[in-house]
Amino acid sequence: MPTKIEKDEISGQQTTGHEWDGIKELDTPMPKWWLYTFYATILFSAVYFVLFPSVPFVNSYFGGILGYNQREDVARRMEEAAAEQAPFMQRVAAATLEEIRGNPELLTYAQIGGRIAFNNNCAPCHQVGGAGARGYPNLADDDWLWGGRLEDIHKTIQYGIRNSDERSRQSAMPRYGADRILDQKQIGEVAEYVLSLSGRAEDAERAARGAQVFAEQCVACHGERGEGNRELGAPDLTNAIWLYGGDRRSIVETIYNARNGAMPAWEGRLDAATIKMLSVYVHALGGGE
Amino acid sequence: MKAAADEREHEDIVAAGRPKVVETPAGPLYASRVRIYPRGISGFYRNIKWGVLAVCLAIYYVTPWIRFDRGPGAPDQAVLLDITNARGYFFWIEIWPQEIYYLTGLLLIGAVGLFLVSSLFGRLWCGYTCPQTVWTDLFMLVERWIEGERHQRMRLDRAPMSAAKFARKSAKHAAWLLISLATGGAWIFYFNDAPTTMVEVLTGQSSLKLYFFVGLFTATTYVLAGFAREQVCTYMCPWPRFQAAMLDEQTLTVTYQAWRGEPRGKHKQGDSWEGRGDCVDCRACIAVCPTGIDIRDGMQLECIGCGLCIDACNDIMGKVGRPRELITFATLASQAERAKGHEAPYRLLRPRTIIYATMLVAVSGAMLAALLLRADVTLTVIRDRLPLFVTLSDGSIRNGYTVKIGNKAHEEREFRVLLDGAAVAGAEVSLGEAAGVSGESVAVRADSVGTVRVYARLERAAVTAESLPVDIVLLDRTGREVARERTVFRGPAGRP
Ligand code: SF4
Ligand code: SF4
Repeated sequence: MPTKIEKDEISGQQTTGHEWDGIKELDTPMPKWWLYTFYATILFSAVYFVLFPSVPFVNSYFGGILGYNQREDVARRMEEAAAEQAPFMQRVAAATLEEIRGNPELLTYAQIGGRIAFNNNCAPCHQVGGAGARGYPNLADDDWLWGGRLEDIHKTIQYGIRNSDERSRQSAMPRYGADRILDQKQIGEVAEYVLSLSGRAEDAERAARGAQVFAEQCVACHGERGEGNRELGAPDLTNAIWLYGGDRRSIVETIYNARNGAMPAWEGRLDAATIKMLSVYVHALGGGE
Repeated sequence: MKAAADEREHEDIVAAGRPKVVETPAGPLYASRVRIYPRGISGFYRNIKWGVLAVCLAIYYVTPWIRFDRGPGAPDQAVLLDITNARGYFFWIEIWPQEIYYLTGLLLIGAVGLFLVSSLFGRLWCGYTCPQTVWTDLFMLVERWIEGERHQRMRLDRAPMSAAKFARKSAKHAAWLLISLATGGAWIFYFNDAPTTMVEVLTGQSSLKLYFFVGLFTATTYVLAGFAREQVCTYMCPWPRFQAAMLDEQTLTVTYQAWRGEPRGKHKQGDSWEGRGDCVDCRACIAVCPTGIDIRDGMQLECIGCGLCIDACNDIMGKVGRPRELITFATLASQAERAKGHEAPYRLLRPRTIIYATMLVAVSGAMLAALLLRADVTLTVIRDRLPLFVTLSDGSIRNGYTVKIGNKAHEEREFRVLLDGAAVAGAEVSLGEAAGVSGESVAVRADSVGTVRVYARLERAAVTAESLPVDIVLLDRTGREVARERTVFRGPAGRP
């Protein structure tokens, strides 16, 4: 420690007495504004400690005398948002599907609300925009397994398909190959016939033999000409849309193992108004009838 | 007598804080601020400065109160930036947020205009129109009224606190705060309807946010114009730094004509002017300078080009009977010539000024054209990405587009949406179900954006490539095309 206070000649400031390689350190005091700001922050933190949640204990914490809580805050905001939407939700719940379509205000609300609900609940399978994927129907095209009218869509969403809800849409395709109902040759022939329905058969003779098998086994659900049956969710086999692929290999696989896609019932998971909004949204994706 | 006292006082101040050029580089980098007590002056430039000050303040305080009728449902304030409803109004011009480039254009015009003026006449902006200058000048005026002239203010500041001093000081700060409040208060009128906001603010019904902004701008005005003053120009403002790039030896700047003034020295009446310069070293130019510099040291960063020192020196030159304009607006080039006894003409046309002027004309022209051609309909087309395209049961391909139509008119309008393009000649167009859609046309409410889904269907055979160019066209009710937007029609890879 220096015994006497040393003053720097140029700045007039005293030094700390430290010296490194001939360089002396000035003992310049903090600027006042900086110091006061620093004191102000200390004061602020003290006040904050008292007012807001601050000190953690083992199983609890000191919550501050204002009793502020972020979780409660979020919950309250959610409630507020719900309360703001409530009048609309009530109107949607009270209106029939056709009434919603007819009212521009409700229609806009339902389409926007439906989109949000769709993206939250349906998009994992049906993809954003209803684009669909292998095994999950495209909801924007004009082909519907269980019907594309507003009420059909509504019912499908309400009760789902092939689930444990007794009101759900039910049907089952037999596993023709796995359960030995048809042999390999017959399955090949039916597949050839199915291909011929969309004009893609390569062997007319085999297709003709397949037609016989089709008449015995398949017409009950898929119809005389393979046009499908919406009562049973049996797809139209004559058009360009194939849920599980329309190439020969995929068709053979479908006949061999059967396809029985399922969809959960949404009643009970979503409220009635949301299901209506979803129906309106899906109906307007481009394929609504 | 008075001048002599002033001079002594100034001497002290200079000695205390403003070191002259330091010979050794060991000097401290930090200079503490020297308080500046500018003396009042009258003269040609001072009068111009008063005039500009009055006009600037009038524009600032009056503009929000100008009314402009836009019909029902629209605000009737001529100049208004409505943040809540996302609209900007300037008399007959109405700007939507996506047209913010008009603001960019305005800033560009401002910047290039400033370049041009600076390269021609130096820091006119700084000396006369900059808000910092205008409000500082106003505050100094008030200060002079309440605390008196330069030497009185210096004496007052040195005197110990007394009732009289306290009264004067508080009167000054009260007046400053009042002006600041009016300034901060006027600012919010540019963003809210002035008459209603005025009433709300005065009756305590306004939002906390508004009060906060009033307080904020009151505080900044008070601090910047009352205390920071020339330090804003010297340390905070970037403009003095890059203005150096605009000035050259042909730029008019406030110049002490050293060839005429030197050697300076005291002069007694009756003494000869032979063998000496015209500067009588009276320091009047320093005393009036709002930034406290000595213009005789040459061009300096601190000089804001206000010309007050010209007025001061002209005054003195008149008194000692020498020609005026010892300090004057002049160029470096002309000074060099005059020192040799020649006259040098002022060159207005220089590559730099020509380039700036051309830029100014180009930007202004482009902005004007954009404004005149501004459509009252906007069309935005967002192609669906999911699904990219949809195969329909008959094998045809359908694309979906979300079309946003901005109707800037103050009435509801109906539009028809068409597809145009040789590649998609056979396309079948339909509109998605939505409010306002009926058949092929869609109605968009006044002053808002309508959204409609547009579906285009092409036979598979017609989809000859993965991506076909297509235009989406908007027709108004009379069948006139009002907007067009290029997009594509996507299909599966490979030929059908
Ligand atoms: S030197 Fe003269 S022109 Fe420059 S700021 Fe001072 S008074 Fe104004
Ligand atoms: S006002 Fe004029 S005469 Fe007086 S010191 Fe300044 S330049 Fe010299």
